[in-house]
Amino acid sequence: MPFIPNSNEDRESMLKEIGKNTIEELFLDIPEKLRFPVLNLPEGISEMEMLSEIEALSAKNISARKAAWFLGAGAYNHYIPSLVPALASRGEFLTAYTPYQPEVSQGTLQAIFEYQSMAAELFGVSVVNASHYDGATALAEAVLMAWKQNLERNKILLPKDLHPEYREVLATYLSSFEVEVQEYEGAPENAAPDARTACVVAGYPDFSGQIHSLAKGAELAHASGALFIVHADPLLCALLESPGAQGADIVTAEGQCLGNPMNFGGPFLGMMGATEKLMRKMPGRIVGEARDHDGKRGFVLTLTAREQHIRREKAVSNICSNQGLVMLQACIYMAAMGHHGMKTVARLCYDKAHYAASRIAGLPGYKVGNTAFFKEFLVETPVPAERIFEKLAKKSVVPGLPLSRYDSSRPKELLVCVTEMNTKAEIDRLVELLEEVSA
Amino acid sequence: MSIDANARYAESHEYARIDGAAVVCGISDHAQAELGDIVFIELPAVGKSLKKGENFGTVESVKAASDLYMPISGTIAEVNDALHADPALVNREPYGAGWLIKITPADLSEMDKLMDAKTYGKTIGEE
Amino acid sequence: MNLAPEKLIFELSSKGRVGCALPKSDVPSYDLPSGLERKELNLPEVDELTVVRHFTRLSQKNYSIDTQYYPLGSCTMKYNPKANEVAASFAGWKFAHPLAGDVSSQGAIELIYKLQDSLAEIGGFEAASLQPAAGAHGEFSGVLMIRNYLRDKGETKRVKMLIPDSAHGTNPASCTMAGFITQTIPSDKKGNIDMKALKAALDDTVAGIMITNPNTLGLFETNIEKIARLVHRAGGLVYGDGANLNALTGVFKPGLAGIDVMHFNLHKTFSTPHGGGGPGAGMVAAGKALAPYLPGPVAVRKRGRYRLSMPEKSIGRVKLFYGNFGVLVRAYAYIRMMGRDGLRRIAENAVLNANYLRKKLEGTYPLKYTRGCMHEFVAMGDIAPGIHTLDIAKRLIDYGFHPPTIYFPLIVPEALMIEPTETENRETLDAFAEAMLAIAEEARTRPELLHAAPVTTPVGRLDEVAAARCPVLCYRGD
Repeated sequence: MPFIPNSNEDRESMLKEIGKNTIEELFLDIPEKLRFPVLNLPEGISEMEMLSEIEALSAKNISARKAAWFLGAGAYNHYIPSLVPALASRGEFLTAYTPYQPEVSQGTLQAIFEYQSMAAELFGVSVVNASHYDGATALAEAVLMAWKQNLERNKILLPKDLHPEYREVLATYLSSFEVEVQEYEGAPENAAPDARTACVVAGYPDFSGQIHSLAKGAELAHASGALFIVHADPLLCALLESPGAQGADIVTAEGQCLGNPMNFGGPFLGMMGATEKLMRKMPGRIVGEARDHDGKRGFVLTLTAREQHIRREKAVSNICSNQGLVMLQACIYMAAMGHHGMKTVARLCYDKAHYAASRIAGLPGYKVGNTAFFKEFLVETPVPAERIFEKLAKKSVVPGLPLSRYDSSRPKELLVCVTEMNTKAEIDRLVELLEEVSA
Repeated sequence: MSIDANARYAESHEYARIDGAAVVCGISDHAQAELGDIVFIELPAVGKSLKKGENFGTVESVKAASDLYMPISGTIAEVNDALHADPALVNREPYGAGWLIKITPADLSEMDKLMDAKTYGKTIGEE
Repeated sequence: MNLAPEKLIFELSSKGRVGCALPKSDVPSYDLPSGLERKELNLPEVDELTVVRHFTRLSQKNYSIDTQYYPLGSCTMKYNPKANEVAASFAGWKFAHPLAGDVSSQGAIELIYKLQDSLAEIGGFEAASLQPAAGAHGEFSGVLMIRNYLRDKGETKRVKMLIPDSAHGTNPASCTMAGFITQTIPSDKKGNIDMKALKAALDDTVAGIMITNPNTLGLFETNIEKIARLVHRAGGLVYGDGANLNALTGVFKPGLAGIDVMHFNLHKTFSTPHGGGGPGAGMVAAGKALAPYLPGPVAVRKRGRYRLSMPEKSIGRVKLFYGNFGVLVRAYAYIRMMGRDGLRRIAENAVLNANYLRKKLEGTYPLKYTRGCMHEFVAMGDIAPGIHTLDIAKRLIDYGFHPPTIYFPLIVPEALMIEPTETENRETLDAFAEAMLAIAEEARTRPELLHAAPVTTPVGRLDEVAAARCPVLCYRGD
């Protein structure tokens, strides 16, 4: 039996030691008629056969390896330096448990502390937690956190230009509570918060890729006593002023773009950071520095009184397992890229996206609406975007997300993403094909 | 376990003791011992009005967290600011320097509904 | 183990160093939005070799399944097959985008479908969703499903969930997130749910009960069918916490005993790696009544083609895209390799190993419950004056073992919860038992060894009180 070392002989002898004759005797607490049901599953296969089967399945997907890739919309094709998977896949990281026993978990704990530190710097906040499931659940928990500050303030202001899946996840998380969600258009200073507003949420950038300056929106939110929550692209924060510096109280992000593959949508990385004032209200695990009796520096899970294993029904959140290894990869990525690398990647995305946008905008029938953007921009197309997608995919160019996927009232809009992975030649080819398909 | 003879006690282990026009409130020695080393205390804003039994804050240790409940109704007149820098005061001197809040009582007769020191002693002896 | 102190990555930084070379730009440069350019970015500047050494050395400060035995009760720290890692690393997965369209993602959706099917079969359920990213996320989903089901039937009074006192903290926390209030049901002397207390609590404000079976004491709830009947008759539903499924694979199907909705932890029973705290995956499965409410989208098959679709009365999305797909691949790989007979053997050996260990320790470590355990058992660690479970745990580290789960469940004082799993061989179990017995002897004759433990690790016991009083949660440059 694979992975089950004890042989039949071992079992016999162990049974004897505990005074039993058969294995079945160990299950007598189970009602007889429910014991040992038939499992309608095939017999086990060897590792060799399993890998062959699963590799064949994996080959049935279109992938960014086999096409020029301009599709983002929440999952991004960025370069992952070789050392990231090489280090993260070490058994001592991969197969370690949650660091509840700090003396034997200093590797994991120090890595989390370093991740928290780098993310805090990137976002311009004082404290970052050890991860959430993904960007959407992080944002949902941030909104709940803001609302719980004062239950009477139950209005949540969301940008209209929010990723549809984020909106859905938020709706699920808020569905148990008496809160009112209102949407605003454009920049966060258009939000119009009042005395009943718990928080104003802003994208940095928005779903359509549009960048807004945040300081004014933050000011207006604070003036009415509301919190200002920003959902940011982590790479954008390397290039432009951080959300924290512009007044954000809570910053959330999807960290997949930091050293993690797209993996058909998961596992991803929910990032969350906040001001010092909100530290004890944050969900999720947090690592802090500590000393042992010899004065040696170490790291430990701290502020645990917020968490479910202590607070139970009064916990800030029910989260237990988070996205540990994904966070580790983001940590190694940020460490390897560092100051210079993060700026360079961000610059490459910015310049390549702007090059693509300027060339597409020059095509008859195509319009680019964004006035400021990072790596994604929204294109108005002369023919339905879904048709463009189909035709170009056949030529191994995946041009972006047709918005009609989420909203049938927007058939001629395409969300195009350009990263450091796209060469000028690929971009020129995209432009060529876009022109062709509109003829 | 020491019990302040001048105070009266709630079932949830808060104590209340008359101090001039105000009522001083904290947690009993038994409660602080159960919690262990206290790391953080969340206290209400001065001026807030709360009823008897309402939650007025939280006290946290490394392994536990407890909600704090008003032993009597009233307005928060003062909170113990010294606890920000030194939450361990509650462990060391729960009845003295480790007090939590001072209440301007709404109805002093509510004190009669609390347990006296002897009765409280019996309940924690039994626990 | 690497005992030398390791600097923080910031402390290894030196101006101008770069850890990864990127291609030069092949396009013009464009202006940034005015006034928004970032001026300072204090991230480390470290060369590649230093990054590699740093994280390699950090990894050597960890215990892990690959290096040590982890008898952690309720965590099911079984071996994480390397074959799973290969299965999850194919380029066709890594470079697959979730929005490429169903037609172009047939491989991925087929895998999700087959895994949904297999897990539903293992649990005895009608349908499954692989959306939840963790056990607690699965609990949240399941409890929302119950809420919506009752709401659709007009049962608005049912706002209460019953939870045994032995339950994991995520159970009540998940209820709160779903807008429920909770009521605790005590356990009886045999370690089962107290039936008298349960009956008394069942009224028309009860939405249901959350049960872990086997429970966190490692004991099978012998009254499981009766409990389900009583709750159903009172108008409520039954949620199953599948954290302890490792005792049941091929031996018992919870869905056939009256459980309406249940989550499995794929990072426990189904061998996906713990990763130092995740990612896990918390599949949620349901019987006929609740299946339409599953979180979506889920994989469906029609005429040999696979699609992703929202169940008709779904509670909605609980996360982006389709769950922790990379974790799902590993679980599927494992189930394919184990197969029908292997799955049953998991439960058999897990339970045998636990009973075997229990027998070896029973004279020395008091057991709260004397009836036969399932895949884990709870002992108590206060075996000598001045000795607590924490001391036993820390001393075990000096013997080269990760401690068992301590101080959980809350209803057993000085609890030590031990779960060997089926992937440990007899020699390891014997060595662990020997260590525990040696420590018990030390507790009596040389307690100072336990109080000082651990001494073979990079740091000794840390002052967690000071860390929580004055939290330092990121590098401050000083």
